Amino acid sequence: MSADRRDPREEQVRRMLDGPHPALPPDLAAQAVRHGGRRLRLRRAAQRTAGWLLALALVAFLVWIGVEQPWATEPAQVTPPLEGW
Amino acid sequence: MAERATHRDRLRALEFEAFVAGAGGRLLHTATLLTGEPPQPPGAYVRAEALLRAALARTYADWDRLHGGDPYDRARRELALRFAREARRHQRPRGGLLDRLTPIERLVLVLRMYEEVGEGQTAALLGLSADRVRAVCARAVATLRASGAGRGAGPGTRGTAPAPRRTP
Repeated sequence: MSADRRDPREEQVRRMLDGPHPALPPDLAAQAVRHGGRRLRLRRAAQRTAGWLLALALVAFLVWIGVEQPWATEPAQVTPPLEGW
Repeated sequence: MAERATHRDRLRALEFEAFVAGAGGRLLHTATLLTGEPPQPPGAYVRAEALLRAALARTYADWDRLHGGDPYDRARRELALRFAREARRHQRPRGGLLDRLTPIERLVLVLRMYEEVGEGQTAALLGLSADRVRAVCARAVATLRASGAGRGAGPGTRGTAPAPRRTP
């Protein structure tokens, strides 16, 4: 295949590495599904909570902006002194 | 909505179990090479099993984010990174083929020689330079050949039975 495959020393190491394989425990996939599924549910719950919090913050902001109307200038409390007439 | 979610969960679990049935043996072999445990008898590689179980659980959790990517690549990446993170716990020799090597030498050797991951890709995965990967790999090959020389592991010994590990 590639140039380094022709190195006999590396070929020997490859053969050594490709020795007898261990037996796969039959319940490994089921355990991984269980653990991974728990992680997935937690992640989804966290995302849902974050979404609700964001929506709640948006609603609170809109209510506040409707009530307070911070863009409207306050009416002047102090009248300038009236002089020279 | 909930029904559709459980349907998707079932589908994902089926796909995942088919994937493990196909690729699990090879991944477990990779894991035993990394942890330096012998591949036999069945109870002798609990650390490799735990490593693979954790890596597969993460692969399952990220299954929907694969978007057509190769799940084997994902699982192998997870396995390698997890092993690199807990490398200090795998320093003691445990009687496997590679237990004379340091954890990082094992990791580089297995990725390059057994998994046939490219040099640049290995370097990027482990956050090392390509030169360093090449140097570590060469050192690991030399150590392995030096320690395996007495086992009759000359060229063309593919069919030999698993040689019993020589105790130093």
